[in-house]
Amino acid sequence: MPVNIKQLAQEFEKKEIGITQGHRLCPGCGAPITVKFVLMIAKHLGYEPIVGLATGCLEVSTTVFPYTAWSVPYIHNAFENVAATMSGVETAYRALKAKGRIPEGKRYAFIAFAGDGGTYDIGLQALSGMLERGHKVLYVLYDNEGYMNTGNQRSGATPPGSDTTTAPVGKKLPGKIQLKKNIVEIVAAHENVYAATAALSEPLDFFAKVEKALNFEGPSFLAVFSPCVRFWRVNDDQTVEISKLAVETKYWPLYEVERGVYRVTRKPRQFRPVEEFVKAQGRFRRLLERPDAKEIVQELQEYVDRRWERLLALEEATKDKPIR
Amino acid sequence: MPLKSWKEIPIGGVIVTPGSAREYKTGTWRVMRPILHKEKCIDCMFCWLYCPDQAIVQENAVMKGFNYDYCKGCGLCAKVCPKQAIEMRPETEFVGEEG
Repeated sequence: MPVNIKQLAQEFEKKEIGITQGHRLCPGCGAPITVKFVLMIAKHLGYEPIVGLATGCLEVSTTVFPYTAWSVPYIHNAFENVAATMSGVETAYRALKAKGRIPEGKRYAFIAFAGDGGTYDIGLQALSGMLERGHKVLYVLYDNEGYMNTGNQRSGATPPGSDTTTAPVGKKLPGKIQLKKNIVEIVAAHENVYAATAALSEPLDFFAKVEKALNFEGPSFLAVFSPCVRFWRVNDDQTVEISKLAVETKYWPLYEVERGVYRVTRKPRQFRPVEEFVKAQGRFRRLLERPDAKEIVQELQEYVDRRWERLLALEEATKDKPIR
Repeated sequence: MPLKSWKEIPIGGVIVTPGSAREYKTGTWRVMRPILHKEKCIDCMFCWLYCPDQAIVQENAVMKGFNYDYCKGCGLCAKVCPKQAIEMRPETEFVGEEG
């Protein structure tokens, strides 16, 4: 059932969303908006969310002792194992349910939140294990393309040409030289999973994907493009604007993979050049000062174009051909 | 929150009050203050949807104003507003006022 924003506002006027005010994330951060969207839809659908967090900005800023910004059951274990921890929580729930110790009629949603460091790099093994074992957990990645909590180090999610402290733009190297890891493809390569990308600038598409993920019989994964206002060197108020640009320049295509069946959920009629996305952010400023900037941006443009064409071809090829 | 001695803290340092972060007023961070021009507002609730700090006050999906205890002044609400009904003003203009 599609939900509109006004209905949500009426529903959550008095009701707790799950994350409260008083968290210490930067002004304009994308992560609390991502959390808000996911928890609101989970509660709207009648689930009681149980949240696990990997180490990252979101974890350290929402749980500064002696405060917590969570009003739902919450667990944090370590950087690399949020998926393993939530697998355990979900298994414990099933065991208790088998013994009849869970009240009838209660529906729980197990949701893991992790940044790109905890997903692309450090937590990849635990994530793969959770997907393979088939735990019914929704894993939400808020992708801010770097280790922003510790001060802008390069991660597997950092795009080429971005200026980070561990891959700085200098005379020899144009920042990071490798492409961003395609995490959705990695997740989608597991059997019986639902994997999707979402962006804050498309809330209704976002909500539909959360609903689909929660109702999916098996593990689900949602990669959310979540701008970091500090280290992307953009203004506090540009979070949604940059998300929109990412979608319109094919940098962050919106699609879903359900048991191997691809579906592109947003096909903008007109695309903008990826150069606009690069120029809008200060993290590419020093790249653009280099003499070879044009070629690097051109390479990125060709890459996003090829990926888009490939996505459309995959959508066509996998139609009605699920893995299971 | 007054600091507790180690004898009063629960084992493992767990926090037993949900949502206790509300006691920490992030509104003190603010340098730009959002001001609502209600006559332009169409109650679309975009500001409410996007506010990272849940500092938009609304009643039955009607925009009422801001909770300055928590508003960090990022200006996202003003940016996503389709009618430009929210204006960001420097906090220095409001020195001595409440909120």
